[in-house]
Amino acid sequence: MIRLLFPSMLTAAAAFAQTAQMSSFEAFQKAATVIRHPRCLNCHIPGDQPLVGLNGDGHPMLVKRGTDGQGAPGLRCSTCHQETNGELPHSPPGTKGWQLPTPQNRLAWAGLDDQKLCRGILNVLKKGGQPRDKIADYVNSDPRVLWAWDPGPGREKPSMDRLEFVELIRTWIEKGASCAP
Amino acid sequence: MDLSEREERVITFQVNSKAASFDDDPSTPLLWVLRDNLQLTGTKYGCGIARCGACTVHIDGEQVRSCVTPVSRAAGRSVTTIEGLSSDLSHPVQRAWLELQTPQCGYCHSGQMMTAAALLNKIPNPTDADIDDAMSANLCRCGTYHRIRASVHRAAELKAGGGRR
Repeated sequence: MIRLLFPSMLTAAAAFAQTAQMSSFEAFQKAATVIRHPRCLNCHIPGDQPLVGLNGDGHPMLVKRGTDGQGAPGLRCSTCHQETNGELPHSPPGTKGWQLPTPQNRLAWAGLDDQKLCRGILNVLKKGGQPRDKIADYVNSDPRVLWAWDPGPGREKPSMDRLEFVELIRTWIEKGASCAP
Repeated sequence: MDLSEREERVITFQVNSKAASFDDDPSTPLLWVLRDNLQLTGTKYGCGIARCGACTVHIDGEQVRSCVTPVSRAAGRSVTTIEGLSSDLSHPVQRAWLELQTPQCGYCHSGQMMTAAALLNKIPNPTDADIDDAMSANLCRCGTYHRIRASVHRAAELKAGGGRR
């Protein structure tokens, strides 16, 4: 077990040391590779039909965002998605709070370059009257973010370790939440 | 397992306004509890992965796919199955489905009717678009979609005209 753990601990330690040397925006840019993961973008969409899979196909059954981000009357996200992943192949993924952003605050990240994505996230916090460090807490605790690293059978995880991602976001914020290269 | 542990594990809920309980694996799909333990066989098994809608029931008025819903989700809540819409065929959805002879083989229709009933509780007079948004995840291999849509409209009329007979 020690043999197995030791190399991964070294890798994580090296990643953390590297993060500490980064500027605020460099940290954000590296974190953005996770934020732009196709599975994150499946719900962070400009339109009203969520996407599925790594290719961004339209959600089967013409599922809609709805007025509250939780689906149409008669076909809610919670109709099929539970608080845990389905165990069978092709069964619905799930975690607590499974839903899209609301239509009033779509958080549509697709197609944004690093600077626009960075400003977009800060604007969301500003509009909501939230302190900037709230985003670090969010990525460290929100069940939908945590789900990315526990996506259920047949779904790949982001290439970056979860704690490294959290550390990158924390570094971005603590070094000034810069959106400038 | 001592008595207190056993009592903690027992899941209690209401099904069609009657008390029910389940004392086994809490991840057991609600569908099997309804069909095998409570003998409520009106709810059908279709795909087993929430893709077809045949197993649709309500929990506290919201429709769920019982084939993927762990029975633990029903704890302390009220489940309604097709048998619970009404016992005398007086629910507007039942009346409309009978009047328009909506089903062909009928296998999917308990799920279709439960989704229709949930929709009408939220939108009493739905448009075609509202019906499509709500019903598009309930599949019918016989292709009775045109009658399903007409029946939802008819159920809305019946409900507006006095609800149950």
